[in-house]
Amino acid sequence: MTSIDVASAGPLPRKTEFRQCQYTGLKVDIAAQTLIKVNAVAAVVFLAIGGLFGLLVALTRWPAVHLLSSEMFYLVLTAHGADVLVFWIVFFEVAVLYFASAVLLNCRLAAPKLAWVAFVLMVVGALVANVAVLQGESSVMFTSYPPLMAKPHFYLGLIVFAVGALLAVALFFATLVIAKDEKTYEGSIPLVTFGALTAAIIAVFTLASGAIILIPTFLWSVGLIGNIDPLMYKAIWWGFGHSSQQINVAAHISIWYMIGALLVGAKPLSEKVSRTAFLMYILFLQLASAHHLLAEPGMSSEWKILNTSYMMYLAVMASMIHGLTVPGAIEAAQRRNGYTHGAFEWLRKAPWGNPAFSGMFLSLILFGFLGGISGVTLGTEQLNVLMHNTIYVPGHFHATVVAGTTLAFMAATYIVLPLIFQREVILPGLARWQPYLFGIGAAGISLFMMGAGTLGVSRRHWDITFSDASISFQHSASAFLMMGLNGISALIATLGGVLFVVIVVGTVLFGQKVGPGHKLTFPLHAAGPEAVTHHGAEEAPKLTGTAILVAVFFICFVLYYFVNWKYLADLWLFR
Amino acid sequence: MSVTSPQSRVWWKEPVEKVELIWVVVAFAWGIFMFVFMVAWHFIGRQNLSNETYRVAPSAFEKKAEDFAKKYQAREEDGVPVVKPPAGADVYLLGRTFQWWPILELEKGQSYRIHLSSLDLQHGFSLQPTNINIQVHPGLEHIITLTPTADGTFGIICNEYCGLGHHTMTGKIYVTQKKVAEGGAVATAAAKIGEAK
Ligand code: HEM
Ligand SMILES: [Cu+2]
Ligand SMILES: [Cu+2]
Repeated sequence: MTSIDVASAGPLPRKTEFRQCQYTGLKVDIAAQTLIKVNAVAAVVFLAIGGLFGLLVALTRWPAVHLLSSEMFYLVLTAHGADVLVFWIVFFEVAVLYFASAVLLNCRLAAPKLAWVAFVLMVVGALVANVAVLQGESSVMFTSYPPLMAKPHFYLGLIVFAVGALLAVALFFATLVIAKDEKTYEGSIPLVTFGALTAAIIAVFTLASGAIILIPTFLWSVGLIGNIDPLMYKAIWWGFGHSSQQINVAAHISIWYMIGALLVGAKPLSEKVSRTAFLMYILFLQLASAHHLLAEPGMSSEWKILNTSYMMYLAVMASMIHGLTVPGAIEAAQRRNGYTHGAFEWLRKAPWGNPAFSGMFLSLILFGFLGGISGVTLGTEQLNVLMHNTIYVPGHFHATVVAGTTLAFMAATYIVLPLIFQREVILPGLARWQPYLFGIGAAGISLFMMGAGTLGVSRRHWDITFSDASISFQHSASAFLMMGLNGISALIATLGGVLFVVIVVGTVLFGQKVGPGHKLTFPLHAAGPEAVTHHGAEEAPKLTGTAILVAVFFICFVLYYFVNWKYLADLWLFR
Repeated sequence: MSVTSPQSRVWWKEPVEKVELIWVVVAFAWGIFMFVFMVAWHFIGRQNLSNETYRVAPSAFEKKAEDFAKKYQAREEDGVPVVKPPAGADVYLLGRTFQWWPILELEKGQSYRIHLSSLDLQHGFSLQPTNINIQVHPGLEHIITLTPTADGTFGIICNEYCGLGHHTMTGKIYVTQKKVAEGGAVATAAAKIGEAK
């Protein structure tokens, strides 16, 4: 971490230009602002490309359409996974890290030049990996399990990208150190920054796992290493693949808190509880990568149970806590704002017409109800056998990473556009609808893929009619129906996605410049800035609505969990 | 406004709201319950994935599977042997691009020791429409004691991406009713379950 020394111990810190934000009062480092912009733009570009690939995949898996040839299908599916799961998400996360450190702490960004180096590395890595996939012969899916082998530059692109991302994470830490040294904030860092910090800490572990496994795999692909053990590869690869999902969760939960604070003035119910919950992610999630190995030979039940229960359930518990504290904080704030009638006036009168709010709240609900419950069920040692590698799995993670993370990032973008790009959001009428369209579409693809998976449809599979197979097999008619409904949902999600990209690109290029005294179309709450930049708990809140919400959630969770045990009990016997 | 000082510097000493506290306790208790249930299923459940795995050279496994097929072959379907092993026998099922081999014929209510392995890449054993899904690795011989509980024709598809022919990879298991007295079959199956850990 030499960047810290360069940045803070140098005799002459660089001359930093700041501007003061008229809405939040925050001091914004112009260099940080530019870097947030370029990373956010790169993110949206990869979302656009990857999302288009997602549509092509879904249309191919729609039996009545069956769009692409098998070769193109596997190629496009590999590109889809890499572009959205890795490139869109990580570019956006880098923007979030710079925002949560430099901007929220009124601080200069450590070593912007290195931040540019990180950006260039990431762009080059992402392009190289894309070229490798599009050239063909690297259709190994983004998981690239050996002995399946891609072209060397596929792995190389991913490695270069990871190095760039690691550098960006180091600069986040360096910025925190500078902020502390230069006393740009008082007391502890705000909760949002704290959440971002947990994401960054997990990122170090994650990117290291990625490097540890991809570097030898690269050497294997160029012939310098004879053999990569498939099981060992999987165990380490998921240290990267799963933990990176934990980065997403920590990042998008930070965003939930941030949006709640900025739009309705929500303060955490208890700083202690929320921060402890973030800390639990660091302590317990890494080993949950084991739940990707539940249907694997060569691992003992004890190992599987330990790593998926003790480790995972404590992380699940952390998410359940956020699942109460985020809506709880919003309820408390809304009641303070005067919406005190009944159990749910606070929710009905929330700013549903503001895409930042609606996106955030839909993300919260869909992530919890669809992603969370399915994830715990899928991650149970015995239940995993019911859906391992079926299309249930993409169903589950489209609920977490699309309806959850992606929707939360979209919501955050509606705040970043006026505050960081300083452009007024174009097409506000359509922007209002965008989160609903995308949310409903994403919920649909999640649910219908889960449904099809329950009926046995395989993931990553071109032909569920098995027309070219030597031994014929037919899925049930309901499985075909599910895949058709999945295709329709994909169209809705794509519409929402296209709208998002059009609004973002249009705003960045043509949006009205936000000058002094401008009134925002989607205004912030008057007490928002304070709620997001300071810590302090909500006092004596009344939380009837939230209590009902979590009770409903808990009942759904328990029911769904036991329904699956019932399914399992009806299977053939095996031991 | 962002220059006002924090409300409470010692956030870690603040009291916790009651609803929040209850939820933390519920979430924790539910986690403990799920943990206990997973362990308990090893004792009360009849579906637990076996841990019995050995390293095996793919060529050695191929030989074992071929010997097995020769020994118990009943007939042939499109050049693929249909193999009918006796109850309790060691059964070999190999995955290779792009086929599950051979076709098996088992009896309902009887237990078999199924040896699963791959000759080349990873494959996904996916028994349909029953929906039992198990990962299959080259070099690892995974042994599962399997008892069909329904008769009929079942498909095996591959649900681990294994290259461009992945979607053509299938196999088949026939399950027939047991010929002899029903009671006997049920009794043996029950005995087999009884001896599970
Ligand atoms: C328009 C939006 C999207 C649609 C219609 C869509 C649809 C799909 C479909 C149908 C699959 C294939 C499942 C299979 O055959 O195995 C898939 C796979 C996948 N999607 Fe999406 N998706 C969308 C957006 C996203 C986003 C935003 C992300 C990540 C943030 C994402 C991450 C993935 C991943 C990681 C896979 C798995 C690829 C693999 O198995 O290697 N998708 N998607
Ligand atoms: Cu296969
Ligand atoms: Cu396959």
